[in-house]
Amino acid sequence: MTRKGRRLLLISCAIGVLGVAAGLVLFALNDTIVFFRSPSEIAAEHTAPGSRLRLGGLVKDGSVMRQDNAHVRFTVTDGGADMAVYYEGLLPDLFREGQGVIAEGVLLGDGTFRADSVLAKHDEKYMPKEVADALKKQGVWKEGEATR
Amino acid sequence: MNPEIGHFALVLALAVAILQTVIPIWGARVGDAALMRVGPALAVAFLGFVGLAFAVLTAAYVQSDFSVLNVVENSHSLKPMLFKVTGVWGNHEGSMLLWVLVLALFGAMVALFGTNLPATLKANVLGVQGSVGVAFLLFILLTSNPFIRVIPALAEGQDLNPVLQDIGLAIHPPLLYLGYVGFSITFAFAVAALIDGRIDAAWARWVRPWALAAWAFLTVGIAMGSYWAYYELGWGGWWFWDPVENASLMPWFAGTALIHSAVVMEKRDALKVWTLLLAILAFSLSLLGTFLVRSGVLTSVHAFATDPSRGVFILGILVFFIGGSLALYALRAPMLRQGGLFAPISREGALVLNNLLLTAAAAAVLVGTLYPLALESWNGAKITVGPPYFNLTVGALMLPVVFAMPFGPLLAWKRGDLAGAAQRLMSALAVGILIALAAAYLQGGGPLLAPLGMGLAAFIVIGALVDLAERGAVGRVPVATSVARLRGLPRASYGAALAHAGVGVCLFGIIAETSWNAERITGLKIGQSFEVGGYELTLARVEPRNGPNYRDLTGIFIIRRGGTEIGTIESSKRLFTARNMPTTEAGIRTFGFSQLYVSLGDELPGGGIGVRAYWKPFVTLIWLGAVIMALGGALSLSDRRLRIGAPKPAKPKPAKPTPERKPDAAPAPAE
Repeated sequence: MTRKGRRLLLISCAIGVLGVAAGLVLFALNDTIVFFRSPSEIAAEHTAPGSRLRLGGLVKDGSVMRQDNAHVRFTVTDGGADMAVYYEGLLPDLFREGQGVIAEGVLLGDGTFRADSVLAKHDEKYMPKEVADALKKQGVWKEGEATR
Repeated sequence: MNPEIGHFALVLALAVAILQTVIPIWGARVGDAALMRVGPALAVAFLGFVGLAFAVLTAAYVQSDFSVLNVVENSHSLKPMLFKVTGVWGNHEGSMLLWVLVLALFGAMVALFGTNLPATLKANVLGVQGSVGVAFLLFILLTSNPFIRVIPALAEGQDLNPVLQDIGLAIHPPLLYLGYVGFSITFAFAVAALIDGRIDAAWARWVRPWALAAWAFLTVGIAMGSYWAYYELGWGGWWFWDPVENASLMPWFAGTALIHSAVVMEKRDALKVWTLLLAILAFSLSLLGTFLVRSGVLTSVHAFATDPSRGVFILGILVFFIGGSLALYALRAPMLRQGGLFAPISREGALVLNNLLLTAAAAAVLVGTLYPLALESWNGAKITVGPPYFNLTVGALMLPVVFAMPFGPLLAWKRGDLAGAAQRLMSALAVGILIALAAAYLQGGGPLLAPLGMGLAAFIVIGALVDLAERGAVGRVPVATSVARLRGLPRASYGAALAHAGVGVCLFGIIAETSWNAERITGLKIGQSFEVGGYELTLARVEPRNGPNYRDLTGIFIIRRGGTEIGTIESSKRLFTARNMPTTEAGIRTFGFSQLYVSLGDELPGGGIGVRAYWKPFVTLIWLGAVIMALGGALSLSDRRLRIGAPKPAKPKPAKPTPERKPDAAPAPAE
């Protein structure tokens, strides 16, 4: 094979591999991204049940109900609307009433949310950025308030 | 010590770094040997001043000097001494100072040990290193000064984030930075070569040890970070595809590609332009990682604090170095002479495939990490790209890499014999199939992923041994000859085989843990039991224990297997009083390579406590495999040919390419 031919082969192999990788990335992105929504957005957009979401807001004061075997119900609020969440599992260390939280799971037909993971950040001064933005939109959160 | 001394030391270091950027490069440009010789002295002085600043900050922490804002925000007089020291880099400002300290350390090492480097190359390398130092020192001095005072001084500090009060903080960040910043050296070499407009096989020989060292540190650093998250966060996971984990994985992929392509360049004088690009990319991705972690643009476990001015500043640094080096690359790369022809099926071909797939994996991780950012600034939609995306893309791209791995070293340079290599790998393949069948039998139905993955892992490990055996011609010549041949093999050959075996070990751990782990979440009262992974756990008692700066609630569990008691496991929940912040201290017992993992939840109404327990088969192999990989790198590094500063037999002139080695001469060329 000539030098040119070999280089051509090499380059076409490279393009082939990168093409496959690009296709893979697009396919995977299409299938696996999860949107972030606040309770108000879900109420306003009439989000279809069954969609996978990340729900963010504050844990409503007095809403946490623990049953045995770590079944938990709580309400996520952003000041504008509430969303009841059901979760089976251990809550993270920093999960507290009145604190920011992100729950990932599925919106059910009865308007409640079934979470399969609950995140609270690992610093008590820190508010997840998405949650802070959602709360600002509802006017619950003021700029500069303990944002770190 | 007076914190202002530290501040002054940083300003002086900045001045030194500016000189280090300008003088040696100017000297190399006009060919003035005296100016070029200034570089090493400046690099050592740079290390001295940055080291002094670091020492001053450390002293402030050790003495709990609460007149320094950084100490107030991140320390406490009751904190154990170890965490007072590690707390120095457990915050934004201090960790940036550590970053620059490591940079200075590497620069000084080039200055002191690079005695056999050609003068112009060395001058340019030190100059480029100096410019990186200037940028990051400016960043520290203008936006993140750790020496700011609070007047009047406070009586007590706010304590370090409890999650960071762990031995992991002493190990993980320094190792990771040795890896990240280590790539600044290969970057400096690449830019220096571009400035020079000249590059050859000798260049690759100088770059390889630095790339190997950085890669080995990065490998262990990532693994230690993973183990730390595993036991400290109490979620039982060892990899979360968190943006910051991704930020360390991208340079790792690029660095892995680099240490392989540098081999091709050294041995065969081919892939020069590509190797240069990889050297630039590896450090660019390290810089990007620094930006992602330090700017707070992404929600992550590692985001200490968000300050927009910092983000913009690091973005500026990023644009300058990545943009500048790539522009220089575009300008100069076409001037570099191409060399070394090879057929598609050859050792070079295999290494090109490795490079393509590793870079594609780095790109896939990059897209997944930055896509949410891009989309949000585009139309405001907030999305998350989660583990399924990364598992699919990285998994699919890594599968061919690991499968092809045993074949690569068995192919000859220039033109290889794939069928011959496959034939020699028959024994490895047979072992792989046996392991797969055994795994399938043990599993008894279920997804095929586990048996196939374990078979592949065994194939890789045995394949690495086959490679060594082939080099020693074991079984084909008398035993004594084989032993002599194996003894005569360069350490780099053993290093490569060891590192490849480490990949197999790590893969085995990943597959076994993902497919066979067992999880139980339950509520327990004292005396009650539950079962996980064939072990019976009984909550014997719950006792409060207090530490210097925390209150602790510990659950003590008795472990039984088949009715007999085999030990206890202690798991606790801690409340750190200064920040009123709870942490989980998971209880872990290791049986062989597997682990039993217990973390406590909240106390339940009506008595009892929430418990989450996991059985994690072969989980320790994940980190052990990474450590083996890094040991392989270290072994290669100890090879005489590669040792930093080892006297070179002849040919100190870089302009002349080193004479081509005869391919396939016995003993086989070292990889």
